Amino acid sequence: MNLLRTIKATLLFWCCVALATPVLAQQTNIAEQDVPPELAALAADSYADKGKAIQALIASDHPRTRTWLTTLLDGKLQRIKESGRFVIVTDNRGRDWTVIDAVDDTPLGEVSRRNIDRITINNALRNQLRSAMAVLDLDAPTVQERLASADRLLGKVDVNLAEPLAARLEAEESPAVRDKLTQALAIYQLQSGDSAAISEAIDTLSGSLNPAVRAALNGVAAGEGEAAESARQALAGIEQKLKLNRAAETLYFGLSLGSVLVLAAIGLAITFGVMGVINMAHGELIMLGAYTTWMMQQLLPGQPGLALILSIPAGFLVAAVAGIIIERSVIRFLKGRPLETLLATFGVSLILQQLVRTLVSPLNRTVVTPEWMSGSLVINEALSLTLNRLYVLGFALVVFAGIMLVMRKTRLGLEVRAVTQNRAMARSMGIRATRVDIMTFALGSGVAGLAGVALSQLTNVGPNLGQSYIIDSFMVVVFGGVGNLWGTLVAGMSLGVINQVLEPWAGAILAKIIVLVFIILFIQKRPRGLFPQKGRAAEG
Amino acid sequence: MHWLAKPATERSTQIFIGVLTAALVAVCLLNLLLPAGHPLHVSTYTVTLLGKYLCYALLAVAVDLVWGYLGILSLGHGAFFALGGYAMGMYLMRQIGDRGVYGHPVLPDFMVFLDWESLPWYWHGFDMAWFAFLMVLLVPGLLALVFGFLAFRSRVTGVYLSIITQALTFALMLAFFRNEMGFGGNNGLTDFKELLTFDLSADSTRLGLFVASGLALGLGYWLCRAIVSSKLGRVCVASRDAEARTRFLGYRVERVQLFVFVVSAMLAGVAGALYVPQVGIINPSVFSPLFSIEIVVWVALGGRATLYGAVIGAILVNYAKTVFTGVMPDAWLFALGGLFVIATVVLPQGLAGLLAKRKRGKPTASAKGVKEATA
Repeated sequence: MNLLRTIKATLLFWCCVALATPVLAQQTNIAEQDVPPELAALAADSYADKGKAIQALIASDHPRTRTWLTTLLDGKLQRIKESGRFVIVTDNRGRDWTVIDAVDDTPLGEVSRRNIDRITINNALRNQLRSAMAVLDLDAPTVQERLASADRLLGKVDVNLAEPLAARLEAEESPAVRDKLTQALAIYQLQSGDSAAISEAIDTLSGSLNPAVRAALNGVAAGEGEAAESARQALAGIEQKLKLNRAAETLYFGLSLGSVLVLAAIGLAITFGVMGVINMAHGELIMLGAYTTWMMQQLLPGQPGLALILSIPAGFLVAAVAGIIIERSVIRFLKGRPLETLLATFGVSLILQQLVRTLVSPLNRTVVTPEWMSGSLVINEALSLTLNRLYVLGFALVVFAGIMLVMRKTRLGLEVRAVTQNRAMARSMGIRATRVDIMTFALGSGVAGLAGVALSQLTNVGPNLGQSYIIDSFMVVVFGGVGNLWGTLVAGMSLGVINQVLEPWAGAILAKIIVLVFIILFIQKRPRGLFPQKGRAAEG
Repeated sequence: MHWLAKPATERSTQIFIGVLTAALVAVCLLNLLLPAGHPLHVSTYTVTLLGKYLCYALLAVAVDLVWGYLGILSLGHGAFFALGGYAMGMYLMRQIGDRGVYGHPVLPDFMVFLDWESLPWYWHGFDMAWFAFLMVLLVPGLLALVFGFLAFRSRVTGVYLSIITQALTFALMLAFFRNEMGFGGNNGLTDFKELLTFDLSADSTRLGLFVASGLALGLGYWLCRAIVSSKLGRVCVASRDAEARTRFLGYRVERVQLFVFVVSAMLAGVAGALYVPQVGIINPSVFSPLFSIEIVVWVALGGRATLYGAVIGAILVNYAKTVFTGVMPDAWLFALGGLFVIATVVLPQGLAGLLAKRKRGKPTASAKGVKEATA
């Protein structure tokens, strides 16, 4: 057989070269096509006959069924006029089209397009083909592919498909795919007219979040009678579930926004809250972290993931060094003069912004999101969590835990607390207060750099990045209670959630205004924030 | 002696008023009498620019009153300035009448553009000059009253107050950017035609506005001097330097703070109202936290708790801004940022402190108080 095929092909090739298209009649004489009856039936005259032919083809289990159906759907399954040979068009540019044999894939060279007849199909046939192929795809080896094809079948099942599907359902092993197939069949049952079958189908479908299921149930609920009543009940149940999912989504987005706020504010909670230094350039340190990520990605082209991971220590270092420079050159001269510190560091923030504008660009830079961070985690059909936000949320918690560890369990943390509570006493106990100042400020600034690395995955990286976070960060720290790291976490998360809850009915900007006004009023009521410092720390 | 007349006896006020009057007269004469080509001629463009500086100077005096004498660093005074400006802008919008692009007899252009049927309730009355001018004082004053009442009653001071004033102006900026607010959104209010029947594009009106700004600055300065040299002013300084002690002596510190804060907000409102017809536009960017904090640096550079230092600082910094943005716009933020650092680290008492030091060889009593208060 193989030998024969080779001879056929060789002959054909030479024919093509020597005779070219005008002598096509001779060409087909050389290699006769052995047309299976299932394929021949597809070329029937009426669409009804073609539909039957497709069903027969699926039932036949012919190994090339899938190829033929796909090409038929794409309009690539065609016939050469003179010989009636079935071919598949592989290239239809220009006047001569490249074709291969539909039965055995033999290359047939180029044929003038006027010599080819397309096997036409209509929309009904197209739908039939798509569902038929979805059924065929149910044979795919991986569960994921089978699930996807089962999903495509929802609401598409008709009389012809019901039986093969039911058979397939018996053979299916994966429970997820079985669920989907049961739903697909149940949707079909809804239209069956048999009241027992309908009520059984409604039972099956109640609780599903799929839009196709809801559409089908809505169709039944629009009618009258017992079935419509139970459909309405099922819909109400689904609506309830959807509401829960929407609430979960809002909570997720709120926590995500909150994690951004916490990340931006946690460094400030150290420099402002613990040390009492107002650093208005904190936002610009965040910006430096974000730009470090961009820079790393420029240095390591094609490896955004690796660059991002390397940016975490790099961003920390860059921001920490910048923080030390700010502390040594400006802040240490203004010790104990908070308002002046505020103004001077604001000046530093302007200089840093302009520096980035001059050295890099006034325009936003794009930071690539690595593949493992894009996409989303699908919980169910109504709820999917974007992965990058999930990562940032996790990152914020890790950073927070790390800071808590440093402040609670390390020597540095102990010394920081000692110096902030009673500087003179700490010094007389042999703690080098100046060194502690520098280290603490570097830690707070470095965390700002980490925030920048995380933010580069969520927002635009530009010279104004920091400015947009500085007021929010201060609000979070003040709201949570100055000097209290837990307060910062709770305040950031709750402000994020409040913002997201308000957003649907107030709009993004109004929600922000409401939150700001809320904090302003809250501070009037509790000037020391949610969790005020108690004991000795409060006196300092 | 009546407390309002007291500043007349002060040497610094005499000098200040003298210099201001001389400058006003000189500019007017140089603008009116000399021909356009003369090297000493002051063009109408320059007059308007100077008028703008004078408005800024009045604003700086208002900030110095609360920061220098009360120890309250307001990072939201731009909001009071902007509210005064918007009140004036609304009056000027109503004066346009049917001469707008869409020719609607009542609605300003942007409302016609947004398909609004009628005037929002808060736009009523602004066609009358007396009402609008009253609002220039009342709107910023009322906001300061409510905000200050809440803040001072619960003894929010220091950095906290600074940060929430900044949040206040930030929230207002976001609000005024919204078209639904009915203040022209992003574009603000512009295309003004006339003020009190005077054509705004006429040279004489511009000179008049300049003189009005100068008068407002002089009166504002006088009022602030009168306040700080009165008994109330002494309580102010006392509460700035030792708030708890003043309270224990029986003074209602929060009332004093509230009164001075409201006066300062009204002065800022007047400055804004005079600023708008000269610049020809008011938009939400005036609410931006950056502008408010810029005002503070004018005061810091000029010298806190001197009032005349605030005027010097405002004029100098804004002159530098005009020069820089014209010659090398990129360098302006570097210069401004540097100013912030220098004014606080190198010149804690500002230029006024430097002047006093050269004159007497030691810091002024008032400036010394500032140092102690912040230490």
